[in-house]
Amino acid sequence: MKGASRVSAIQADKLTLSYGKKPIFSDLDLRIPEGRITVFIGSNGCGKSTLLRSLARLLKPEQGTVLLGGSEIAKLSGKEIARRLAILPQGPLAPEGLTVHQLVKQGRYPYQSFLQQWSREDEAMVNKALQATGMDELAGRSIDSLSGGQRQRAWIAMTLAQNTSTILLDEPTTFLDMAHQIEILDLLFDLNERENRTVAMVLHDINLACRYAHHIVAVKAGAVYAEGAPEEIVDEKLIREVFGMECQVTRDPILGTPLVIPYGKGRKVTARE
Amino acid sequence: MSNWVTIRGRRLSFQVPRRTIAVLAALFLVNVIVMIACIGFGSTFISPLAVIRSLLGIGDSSNDMIIFTLRMPRVVIAVMVGSMLAVSGALLQGIVRNPLTSPDVIGISGGASLGTIVFILYFSHVSIRFMPISSIAGAFGAALLIYLFAYRGGITPLRLVLIGIGMATALTAVSYMLILTASFTPTAVAVKAFTFMTGSIYGVSWTKDVLTLLPWLVVLMPVALIYARHLNVQELGDEVAASVGSSVNAKRTMLLFVSVALAGAAVAIGGTINFIGLMAPHIARKLVGPAYGGVIPVSALIGSLVLLLSDLVARVAFIPLDIPAGVFTAAVGAPFFVYLLYRHRHS
Amino acid sequence: MNNLLRTSPQKTAGLVIGIFVLLVCIVSSIVFGVADIKWRTVVDSFTAFNGSQEHLIIRTARAPRAFIAAIAGAALAVAGALMQGITRNPLASPSLFGINAGAAFFIVAASAFFGASGLSAFATLGFIGAAFTALLVYVLGSIGKDGLTPLKVTLAGASMTAFFSSLSLGVLLTGGQTFDQVLYWFVGSVAGRDMATFNSAAPYMGAALLGSFVLARHMNLLALGEDVATGLGQKTVFVKMGAAVVIVLLAGGSVSIAGPIAFVGIIIPHVTRYLVGIDYRWTLPYCAVLGGILLLAADIGSRYIAFPKEVPVGVMTAILGVPFFVYIARQGGRAHE
Repeated sequence: MKGASRVSAIQADKLTLSYGKKPIFSDLDLRIPEGRITVFIGSNGCGKSTLLRSLARLLKPEQGTVLLGGSEIAKLSGKEIARRLAILPQGPLAPEGLTVHQLVKQGRYPYQSFLQQWSREDEAMVNKALQATGMDELAGRSIDSLSGGQRQRAWIAMTLAQNTSTILLDEPTTFLDMAHQIEILDLLFDLNERENRTVAMVLHDINLACRYAHHIVAVKAGAVYAEGAPEEIVDEKLIREVFGMECQVTRDPILGTPLVIPYGKGRKVTARE
Repeated sequence: MSNWVTIRGRRLSFQVPRRTIAVLAALFLVNVIVMIACIGFGSTFISPLAVIRSLLGIGDSSNDMIIFTLRMPRVVIAVMVGSMLAVSGALLQGIVRNPLTSPDVIGISGGASLGTIVFILYFSHVSIRFMPISSIAGAFGAALLIYLFAYRGGITPLRLVLIGIGMATALTAVSYMLILTASFTPTAVAVKAFTFMTGSIYGVSWTKDVLTLLPWLVVLMPVALIYARHLNVQELGDEVAASVGSSVNAKRTMLLFVSVALAGAAVAIGGTINFIGLMAPHIARKLVGPAYGGVIPVSALIGSLVLLLSDLVARVAFIPLDIPAGVFTAAVGAPFFVYLLYRHRHS
Repeated sequence: MNNLLRTSPQKTAGLVIGIFVLLVCIVSSIVFGVADIKWRTVVDSFTAFNGSQEHLIIRTARAPRAFIAAIAGAALAVAGALMQGITRNPLASPSLFGINAGAAFFIVAASAFFGASGLSAFATLGFIGAAFTALLVYVLGSIGKDGLTPLKVTLAGASMTAFFSSLSLGVLLTGGQTFDQVLYWFVGSVAGRDMATFNSAAPYMGAALLGSFVLARHMNLLALGEDVATGLGQKTVFVKMGAAVVIVLLAGGSVSIAGPIAFVGIIIPHVTRYLVGIDYRWTLPYCAVLGGILLLAADIGSRYIAFPKEVPVGVMTAILGVPFFVYIARQGGRAHE
C-alpha cells in the first residue's frame, strides 16, 4: 500500500535519553515510514546515531516508548525483535579468520535454538542473502581478506539473512571510497525497490542522502529540526541551521535531487571557450 | 615575585621553579626524620634523641653498636635502593611515554634478579663487588630481549609493555628453576634466593652492600639528572623532538641505558622490590609538575621515603619475624596502581 | 581461513586422535617417574588390585597426579579461550589476568588466618578468590571512556598478580610455612596430590567444561560485538555471566588442586585456533583435550629436566609459554594500533 497515509514501521513517542547527566534528546516523536528509505542527517554529535540506536533497542530510553509495527519494543523478547528488525552498528568488527559464510549464518541466530540449529529455511535464507548482495562467490573467503566495500556487503548480507522487514544502518558508508559508497547505497536502494524493505540509516554525505532517501530526518541538538522528502525540505536555510554552513542548493544534473554546494573558499577556474 | 629561580654563571644557566626547590627541601627534611625514626625502631627501641647523639658521636656505646652495625646500613641501603628504583622508573616512563610502566612491570627487574641468582648460585666464590655487574648484565639482557621482541619496524608502548609482562613471568620461572635444580642448593640458600626475589634488604652491611652499591649510584644518578631535560622534549613525541633538534634515538638509548643500569644495580642489593619505580614518579609529577628536571630528584627522595617506610613496617609489624619489604611496597603499590588507572581513565 | 583442519570430518578425526593422545599421556604419566612402572601393572592396579606396593603407588600417587594434570590443563585452556573471547584480547588468560594469583591468595590467607583446612574448603576458597579477582581486574580494566582495552586490562592483571603474590608470600612467611608449600602456591605443581584432592574440585570443573560447550554457539555470536549480538536478539548479559561463572569454576578449581599454573590458558587457545579456526563449538573441545595433553606432557618433562630432582610443572609451562606469548603480543600489538 503505497498511499499518502503510510503506516509507520517504527514509531517513537516522547523519547527521552541522556548520557550521564547530559541530555541527548527529550520528548522526541518520530515515525519511520514503512517500505521507504529514511535517512538521518545532522552535524557531528547531534544525537542522530544515539537516536537510531535507541530505535533498535541498543540503548534504553529513560522515558517514552518505541513501537515496532504497533507493538511496544520493550515488551518484546530480544529474538522477537530480531525477527522483525535488523540493525547494523557502525564499523562492526569481525574476529580474525571468520569467513563470509560463517558471518552470514549468524544472521539466523534469532530463529535457532539448542535443538534447531540449522534448518532448511536457515540454509535457504543464507543463500538468498549471499546472492542478493553478490557475495555468493566470496562466501568461503575470510572477512579480513576482503575490500572495505565487500566487507560491508558481507555485513549487510548478515542482516538480510535475518529476514526482517526493517533494516537500520548506522553510517554504513564510513571509511569507504566514493565508488564503494555508491555500491553499498545502490544495494540498499535495490533491496527497498525489489523487496519493499524499510531502510533507515544515518549518513554523513547530504548529497547522497538526498539522492537515495524518500524521507529525510534532519536532527539538530537532540531534536528533529525538519522531516520530509528531500526535495521539499532541503534548502539553504536548513543547511545553515542544521550544519552551520552557507551553501547554495541546486539540482543534481543526473537525477534532479537536491544538490548542496558549499560556499567557503577554493580556487576559481573560469571556463575557457 | 617570580615563580622561577634563575641561576646564571659564565658557563651554566638554568631555571628552577620555586615550588620545586620548596618541595625538595621539605622532602629532604621528611627523609631525615624518617631515617632517624627507622634507626630508632626495632626489637630494642632507641629514642630519637639518643639516635641523634650517637650519630653525632656522643651517644652511649651499647646504642652505637646497634645503630652503626645493624640499623644504619639498612637505612642507608633503603635510601639508595629506593631512590635508584624511583629514578629508573621515572626515566623509563618518559622513554616509553606510558605512565603505567616501571622496571618491574616490564621485566627488567626480572632480568636483574635472574642475573643475581646466577651469581649467588654459581659465582659465590667471586667477590661480592661483582654482583651488581651480574645483575646489570641480567637487566640489560632482559631489556635487549624485550626490545628485540617488541621491535617491528619501530617500538610501540603497547607492544613493549605486553612483551615485558610476559618476559617478567618467564624470567621469574627461570629463576625458580635455577634455584630448584642447582643440585647443591641447600634449602636455606633456596629460601634466601626466594626472599630475594620478593625484594628484601634484611641483614645488609656496610662493606658487603653499601660499598658495593655506592659506585653505581655515584656514577649513574648525575647522568640521569643531566639527561633528564631531553625527556621533556621526548614526551612530546618523536616528530616534535626531532624538529626541535633532539637526536631522538641517541638520547633515548642513553637514557634507557641509565634506567636499566640503575634498576639492575638496585636489584642486586635489594632484590625485586615492586611498584616503587611505578609510584614515585607519579607522586613527583603531582608535586612538581611534569618537567623532568624536577621530577627526577623529587622521585629519588620519594622512592627512598617509600622504601624506608615499607622496610620499617616489614621489620617492626611482626617482630621477631622480618618480612621482605617488597611485600609492603606491593601492598601499597597495587592500590596506587588502581588509582592511576582511575585517574588516567580519560586519556 | 587458512587453519589446518577445514572440514567437519577432518576436525572430528583430529579430536578423536587428540583424545587418544590424551589417554596415552595419562598412562605415560603414571608409568614414567623415578621408579618406572610397567604398563601391564598400571592396568592391573585398576582391574585386579592386589594391594601390592606398586599398585598402591599407582592408585594413591601416580594416578591422581595424572588426572589432576589432565583436568587442570583442560580447565585452564578452556577458561583462557572464553576469556579471550569475552574481552576480545588475545592475551587474556587466568594467569595473566591475576585470577590464579588471587585464588591462591584467598586459599593461603584463609588457611593462615581463619584456620581453613580441608580440600573442599580449598576448592570453595579458590572459587571465591577467582571470582573476586576476575571481577576486580575486569572493573579496573574497564575504567575510563574507551572501556576494556587490552593494555589497561593486561596492566591491571599484571599488577594484581604482583599484589596477590606478594601478599601470599607475606602470609606464608609469617605463618612459618615450609619452602615446598610456598613454592606450590607460587608456581603451581601437580606432584604429591592424592585422589581426594582430585575429587574435591573435579565435579565442579567437569560441570563447567560441559557448560562451556553449551555456551559455544552463543560465544560465536558475541564474537561479532555486543551491538551486533544484541541486534540479533541475544541476551548478552546472560551469555557473559554464564561465561564468567564457567571461567571462575575452571580457574578457581584448577588453582585449588594444582596451584597457579601460568601460560596454559594463553598457549592452547592459540594453537587451537590455528588447528580448527574460530568456531567455539570446535575450539572449546579441542582446548580441553590439548590443554590436558600439554600439562601432562609438561609434567612428565618436569621429572626429567633436572633428573632425579623434579621441577614444579608451573615452571615448565612458563618457560614453554614465552615464545608463544611473544609471538601473540607481536601480532596483537599490530592489530590494536
